[in-house]
Amino acid sequence: MRAKPLVSIRNISMKYQSPEGEIEALKNVSLDIYEGEFISIVGPSGCGKSTLLNIIAGLIEPSEGEVLINDKIVCRPTDMVGYMPQRDQLFEWRNIWKNVILGLEIQKNLNEQTVNFTRKLLRDYGLFEFRHKYPSQLSGGMRQRVALIRTLAINPDILLLDEAFSALDYQTRLIVTDEVKQIINKENKTAILVTHDLAEAISMADKVVVLSKRPGTIKNTYTIQLTCDVKTPIGCREAPEFREYFNKIWRDLDVHV
Amino acid sequence: MSMSKKIIPVQVISPEHEAYLRERKIYRRKILGTQILLLIGIIIIWEIAGRLGWIDPFITSQPSRIWKTLINLHREGVLYYHTGITLLETMIGFISGTLMGTIFAIILWWSDFTAEVLDPYMVVLNALPKIALGPILIVWIGNGPPAIIAMALFISLIVTILGVYSGFTQVDGDKIKLLKTFGATKLQILQKVILPASVPTIISALKINVGLSWVGVIVGEFLVSKAGLGYLIVYGGQVFKLDLVMTSVIILAAAAAIMYKAVVYLEKLFLKWR
Ligand SMILES: Nc1ncnc2c1ncn2[C@@H]1O[C@H](COP(=O)(O)OP(=O)(O)OP(=O)(O)O)[C@@H](O)[C@H]1O
Ligand SMILES: [Mg+2]
Repeated sequence: MRAKPLVSIRNISMKYQSPEGEIEALKNVSLDIYEGEFISIVGPSGCGKSTLLNIIAGLIEPSEGEVLINDKIVCRPTDMVGYMPQRDQLFEWRNIWKNVILGLEIQKNLNEQTVNFTRKLLRDYGLFEFRHKYPSQLSGGMRQRVALIRTLAINPDILLLDEAFSALDYQTRLIVTDEVKQIINKENKTAILVTHDLAEAISMADKVVVLSKRPGTIKNTYTIQLTCDVKTPIGCREAPEFREYFNKIWRDLDVHV
Repeated sequence: MSMSKKIIPVQVISPEHEAYLRERKIYRRKILGTQILLLIGIIIIWEIAGRLGWIDPFITSQPSRIWKTLINLHREGVLYYHTGITLLETMIGFISGTLMGTIFAIILWWSDFTAEVLDPYMVVLNALPKIALGPILIVWIGNGPPAIIAMALFISLIVTILGVYSGFTQVDGDKIKLLKTFGATKLQILQKVILPASVPTIISALKINVGLSWVGVIVGEFLVSKAGLGYLIVYGGQVFKLDLVMTSVIILAAAAAIMYKAVVYLEKLFLKWR
């Protein structure tokens, strides 16, 4: 038996109000996430995946239910959670160093220790020499790594990645997912990844959660166990079980073209 | 535009590239040369036309007469007095218009309620030709430089508010969301993303305001009619000293051009990261 979950999503429902009417985005979603786990969330477009991440991040309040992190109810953004947006959202007018310390600056937590930690991250992941450059001078893959370091700099326990790689071209995307997965493992983070790419979802995660069409409910959860020699997302795609998971999830998504 | 990325040093310049660069340089020089020739041509034709009696210099003035007027104004010290006053009024109007416009835009951004309440008023004020307010300003503020500055300010204020505010609202929502996940306050969002992301918008507002402030000041000086280049122009027109009018217009053109260039220089300074 495992210990208490790090994140506990309890019976969440979300209804958006607008003059045109009410949109029910999520319905009765419950999920426990344990420390060190990597969860992928897949589901049809508009089923409420981003909404779920926003609720976990404390950016919006659910209409019903609650999210607990370390037994505390989430009601506003906390420094326990780091968020990786789609497209890197680096600030073009700040150089790389200024970008990665953005979170520390906001949280007024710039001190010798955090600065050294951030420097180490840059050094470890090959970006230290680029710290005086501006985002426009970096390649897409490097920018994505900078965005990850910006998130890691505040040392969160939980990383939320909302289609964080979808803006990259296919090859860069494979390489960056490999890198990011390694970094997340090495820093021992818990991660929740939202993606439309089933192969990405399966190859990166310990668990894949499939949401139904709007209003999103949990349709199925798969615990992924792949037998592969190279434990990287690219390597894992060679595993014999990979295709099986892929087909099952594909059927769950029930896509009609 | 010219501040694009630094060119990566090329070790070997191919002959084709060299030829291309040379041709470009020649082309640039041709343009500059033609521009200068055009100016000289106009001046010469204007002068000759006056001397040969094709046009009446009394009405159209003449380069040599403008030059003489300029020298006279310089000797009497009047030149610097009037130019200085106009310049000062324009600068104050321009800077305060931009500053106040930006501050109002911040207020609108801060409170959606205020923005929506004021929206119809802004639309009407924006459509209104601000020059119509001139006489009112003079009655209220008094017949002097403060009224002129108020005129210049009014003329650029609403455009600045609308332009800068729309720049603020166009900042990528995901950038704001990112800051919120760090726990940013509204003030921090303003400081860290809204303002820096809007620097290009603010600078393009500056560029528009340079022109508008001149309009405001000159119209103001027409109305107040005490000092400044606008006064010289009106006065010159009334007593049929077209030389004085033309000279003032030329000084005005030069001053406006210099101020515009200064803003462009500022733009380069601020947008290094582009
Ligand atoms: N702020 C909002 N106000 C009103 N409706 C919203 C709002 N945000 C999202 N919605 C609606 O809620 C539903 C779920 O949105 P959400 O962005 O969570 O979907 P998603 O699963 O992330 O979709 P995608 O895969 O396209 O990113 C959508 O139908 C969307 O139109
Ligand atoms: Mg989404």
